[in-house]
Amino acid sequence: MSGAAPDVEALAAASRRRKARERFLTHLALILGVAVFALPIWITLMGSTHDTDTIGRGDVPLLPGTEALNNYARAWAEGGGGRNTFAVPASTMLFNSLVMALLITVGKITISLLSAFAVVFFAFPFRMAFFWMIFITLMLPVEVRIIPTFQVMTDLGLIDTMTGLTLPLIASATATLLFRQFFLTIPDEYVEAAKVDGAGPLRFFKDVVLPLSATNISALFVILFIYGWNQYLWPLLMVSSRDLETVIVGLTKMIGNGDTQNQWNLIMTTAVFALLPPVAVVVLMQRWFIKGLTETEK
Amino acid sequence: MRKKVIFRGVALPYLLLAPQLVITAIFFFWPAGMAIWQSTLRQDAFGLRTEFVALENFLDLFSDPLYLNAAWNTVLFSSAVAALALGAALFLAVQADKHIRGAGLYKTMLIWPYAVAPALAAVLWLFIFHPSIGLVGRGFAAIGIDWDYRLNGGQAMTMVIVAAAWKQVSYNFIFFLAGLQSIPTSVLEAAAIDGARPMRRFWTVVFPLLSPTAFFLLVVNLVYAFFDTFGIIHALTRGGPGNATETLIYKVYVDGVQNLNLGSSAAQSVILMVIVIALTAVQFRFIERRVHY
Repeated sequence: MSGAAPDVEALAAASRRRKARERFLTHLALILGVAVFALPIWITLMGSTHDTDTIGRGDVPLLPGTEALNNYARAWAEGGGGRNTFAVPASTMLFNSLVMALLITVGKITISLLSAFAVVFFAFPFRMAFFWMIFITLMLPVEVRIIPTFQVMTDLGLIDTMTGLTLPLIASATATLLFRQFFLTIPDEYVEAAKVDGAGPLRFFKDVVLPLSATNISALFVILFIYGWNQYLWPLLMVSSRDLETVIVGLTKMIGNGDTQNQWNLIMTTAVFALLPPVAVVVLMQRWFIKGLTETEK
Repeated sequence: MRKKVIFRGVALPYLLLAPQLVITAIFFFWPAGMAIWQSTLRQDAFGLRTEFVALENFLDLFSDPLYLNAAWNTVLFSSAVAALALGAALFLAVQADKHIRGAGLYKTMLIWPYAVAPALAAVLWLFIFHPSIGLVGRGFAAIGIDWDYRLNGGQAMTMVIVAAAWKQVSYNFIFFLAGLQSIPTSVLEAAAIDGARPMRRFWTVVFPLLSPTAFFLLVVNLVYAFFDTFGIIHALTRGGPGNATETLIYKVYVDGVQNLNLGSSAAQSVILMVIVIALTAVQFRFIERRVHY
């Protein structure tokens, strides 16, 4: 027995070493992964603190410079970009993006709650037909019907308006499906109790369904806010006036053809502005975000 | 499944449904119908005369080298994006699933790119790959590579693939990690006791259990690469140089919005609709089963 003891110890030590090596490799892999994600952001952040010439010369700054306040103030109040592009202040573009994202989010959640409520808690002719009609919109993204949708918007006089920018995007099959799934899990007893108490459907909606849906609403809010903020093709088609420019489209317009003479520092500053709100929402509301993401995809 | 107890109402349910139905009718079904109708029409160069040409727009597309080029670009682009984004995400998720210190922080640092708009992802990579102001772009020049994605089609394609895959990794990561965490530890312990080495354990036990998630993600990634990457291509290459990065979605936009070729653009829209319908059908057929798993 006594002869076996060192072997056991040697084995244990070897296993500890192997475990330590594995842990090291795991951390290394994750740190590399994080670095690949963080590198473009780092470059952008650093670029936003230097003057135009530094970047234009091609001295890619890897450390902060001294122009941060100046750049952020200028991008916010005046905007910038290329020689041939009109400058739109970042404050205007951010405001438009925020309004667009919020209108889309609130609109989608509201009309989806209402339609899911109707489909689940009422019996009426063509109930399922309507449900399928909403469902099919999943298969008709804007990208595949660009021109005719644009024509409809022109006919309705909605080009270059905030209504045109948001209204067509607030139909939501995914949100309706999610709320329908959830409403089906609300026990029948709740409805019975509400009926006994003499509460009508709208009262039931307000006092029972809405509070129960709070978690789902928050989760959807995160996902839809990002969806709204990140819209690209639609604002590109709908908006031609500078007053209605949104920040993601505005940013690519600042870049134009990628001319070396661009005011890259202001472009990078605007990129930071464009990035902050959705990233903050994901990081701060991570729990809702993951719930929203994994549930809407079912 | 449906409720046994329901409210009675004659007008109310229709009123509740009305906002959603009106919007879908005006902004979804009406334009989709018009696209189908316009795909059978052809206008002369001045937009004065319109004639019915049945399927001719479609036949023209299938013999148009530029359209076939866009179709091939789409296949190449989508499969590269899906392969890269899925592979990287699976690798990172397996690492993050291990019991290590700081797992929560790693997770946060890996999921935030979900919030970045595709077009913005393109802009961030442009800052790195730009031939005269980018870190990597200048690095390439320094070691003698003739790098300019604005002139070289292959380099342009590489760049849009990298930007598109980069943005999609965090989405896949979240789902792979959730899938890994739902595998019971008892299964893994049993395999370990049987003496299976970690790599073997991964490919024979973990990966098969993850395959429903992987398949679901494959469909989602293809849909993403097909339809949500317009912003990346528009921001980075505008479909060029030449037509090197022109995908099907980008071509609909160019032909419809810039070239004003309504018949052809509408026919392309109809083809894309068929593709979305097919992909969505696959996704939903499959998700039925995923729920049971």
